[in-house]
Amino acid sequence: MSEDNNQQIQSQILEAYKNKSSLKVRGGNSKHFYGQKVEATSLDVSKHKGIISYEPTELVVTVRAGTRLCELEAILNESNQILPFEPPHFADSATIGGTIACNLSGPARAYNGAARDFVLGSRIINGKAEDLKFGGQVMKNVAGYDASRLMCGAMGTLGVILDVSLKVLPKPETEITLSHQCDINQAMFNMHQWVKQSLPVSATCYDGAQLFIRLSGNDSSVNSARKIIGGESLENSPLFWQQIKEQSHQFFKTDKPLWRLSLSSNTPPLDIAGDTFYEWGSALRWLKTTSSAEDIREKLNAVGGHAMLFRNNSLGTPAFHPLSNGLLNIHKKLKNAFDPENILNPGAMYKDI
Amino acid sequence: MTSPIDKSQLISRLESILPSDSVLHQTEDLHPYECDGLSAYRNLPLAVVLPNEINQVQAILKVCNELNVPVVARGAGTGLSGGALPLSDGILLSLTKFKDIIDIDPVQRVARVQPGVRNLAISEAVAKYGLYYAPDPSSQIACTIGGNVAENSGGVHCLKYGLTIHNIQQIKIITIEGELLTIGGSGLDAPGYDLLALMTGSEGMLGVIVEVTVKLLPKPESAQVILAAFNDLIKAGKAVGDIISAGIIPAGLEMMDKLAIQAAEDFVHAGYPTDAAAILLCELDGSQAEVEENIKRVQHILEQSGATEVRIARDEAERITFWKGRKAAFPAVGRISPDYYCMDGTIPRKHLPQVLKTMAELSAEYELPVANVFHAGDGNLHPLILYDANKPGELERTEEFGGKILELCVEVGGSITGEHGVGLEKINQMCVQFDALELTQFHAIKKAFDEKSLLNPGKAVPTLHRCAEFGAMHVHHGELSHPELERF
Repeated sequence: MSEDNNQQIQSQILEAYKNKSSLKVRGGNSKHFYGQKVEATSLDVSKHKGIISYEPTELVVTVRAGTRLCELEAILNESNQILPFEPPHFADSATIGGTIACNLSGPARAYNGAARDFVLGSRIINGKAEDLKFGGQVMKNVAGYDASRLMCGAMGTLGVILDVSLKVLPKPETEITLSHQCDINQAMFNMHQWVKQSLPVSATCYDGAQLFIRLSGNDSSVNSARKIIGGESLENSPLFWQQIKEQSHQFFKTDKPLWRLSLSSNTPPLDIAGDTFYEWGSALRWLKTTSSAEDIREKLNAVGGHAMLFRNNSLGTPAFHPLSNGLLNIHKKLKNAFDPENILNPGAMYKDI
Repeated sequence: MTSPIDKSQLISRLESILPSDSVLHQTEDLHPYECDGLSAYRNLPLAVVLPNEINQVQAILKVCNELNVPVVARGAGTGLSGGALPLSDGILLSLTKFKDIIDIDPVQRVARVQPGVRNLAISEAVAKYGLYYAPDPSSQIACTIGGNVAENSGGVHCLKYGLTIHNIQQIKIITIEGELLTIGGSGLDAPGYDLLALMTGSEGMLGVIVEVTVKLLPKPESAQVILAAFNDLIKAGKAVGDIISAGIIPAGLEMMDKLAIQAAEDFVHAGYPTDAAAILLCELDGSQAEVEENIKRVQHILEQSGATEVRIARDEAERITFWKGRKAAFPAVGRISPDYYCMDGTIPRKHLPQVLKTMAELSAEYELPVANVFHAGDGNLHPLILYDANKPGELERTEEFGGKILELCVEVGGSITGEHGVGLEKINQMCVQFDALELTQFHAIKKAFDEKSLLNPGKAVPTLHRCAEFGAMHVHHGELSHPELERF
């Protein structure tokens, strides 16, 4: 199913621009819990869908934003290729546009790169209803400012993504997961050590008792790494990582605020009450806690990291980690440069942005 | 916009910030800074300043902001697009004194370095931990990491390891107002907009980089290279697609055409087959087992793709020899022609046949030979146009020919620059790649950081007025309708 709906999207933005009325950009609504609530008229991007071009030998796909993530992944799979950043879906309705707008990546992120690392170009409509193309369909392109990567994680506040070109990669031939019973210190040591040995690690996590490590690559490299790492082999490796990625794993079943902590991977366990689940070589930590936002953010500031309240925001605290005054100032000016009337997802990230 | 700059006032203000030997303003002292790697363009600044502390950079920028003095930041000056060309009414801010490696964290695999640290010096400093910094522009012996970030530099291993943007984690910049900002974070991401992406490749237009935290990679256990010869350039291009279709991502995948092969062979005797129409160099890295398996597969693919000869480097010495020819390709071409002009377009690889054909036609039309060196894996072309600057009109003809090649790249869905940056050199072609609305958006981005347009003004993003003039230039077959207008 393919449909070009850009004119309707553009005219709705133009009308909102003229009337100075705000819009809430919506794809599949699969990430409705993510970020700050926006109260505005809905702008539905989900009808703008379909693959525009896909060249497996070029490792590039160009796709309309409303295309469902599961459909895109199925098409790539036919050519034995993948989105290397392993994005979470959270619902079948998830779109590629929403994925890029939130810059969400899954278990492979620490080893393959984030969504933003695979964006080659995009076509957007800014807050003045202008249709703009940045980047392109080639791996190397340094013409102009990198406005397409700027859209990643901007949550539609700078522009509505119409189309996006992504770099894709071949699907690894083999994938296995090994597990080790150990404490967190040993787990952190191992996660760092194995990557430094150039082993084909593609995901790691620690659940409080066990360290899980996924190896991906060709048969010979996975098998030789398996001998070095040792440990128990997991029976259903894809299902296990699927549960981590989609947060259907037991750890994530909670009503407590769920915090996403991003910090230097060699930071020792933080002194915050609650349960922690480690991913990405321990550079990403999920924290279930009733501790105060101030306490958590202070502790993250102290180690140069940041804390985002990912789910169950019963605290009424801003979801995203506060910015320094200098950065906030630049953010406001950039917002003004793309969306001078502040009509696109106002407040989705920060107040006034 | 503003009243003319009072040079003596500016110098005395700068000398109140820096020791007097770090403020150069006599003409003879300015000459070493008159150009960057694009030496066809030369210009002298009002002054050159050489700070070695962050607070000095802050103070310098505050003064320039107050007095409305343009600032061009410069690392080693190896850039190939004129990005660090000084402006007559501005200062040149050299960051070469910032050459300390501040911290290496071998566990997290990052290094925090000052902007004047050379690219290769990072890999040398972390080698004892079995680590290296992946982006390897050909100037890596000399170019600085600050300049690499400003240009989003690439190299020969981008297909697998990415560009600068994929290999940095945090930077510190000074705004034109003199404010120090930390962009990125100590983890894998940071809150807010991806300003790290915006700053990377911004060519000194948004801020001055004073610190970079780079990501380091473990050195692969093994690396092996295959050389394949072809009697047809198009077949070589197709072989590249065949390798990638087989699910193999080589660490490096380079192509050279006949003229480049012959020049390189005459220069460094790499053992290249000089009768070939094209050669491919394919490097595979990873674990020993993985490389051994993939080398066999690639060998088979290349034979199937019609290679006339496939050679696997027998040992490390031969691997280095194979690469030596490719790495020496530019100077090798420099030996067979008085001058050469290096282009940097990128195309979707499938259009290679068409682009090569049109390039050959243009070469005949302009009567200028072209040697082709490609980063074939990622579609980055480096056509080298051979010319003689001493022959009247030949540089102009070369520039026009080069411009046509870039426009051709845009036409087939590529880009006017893969890794060298726009600078001053490709500013006209920006009018081909982007339309007026897009350029206006770029200007708005610049304004968000640099309200008065004092950071490297006139580079990277053309004014709409300039694009209008460029359009007129086309109509008049290369004759500028207003030669009195500045080229900026």
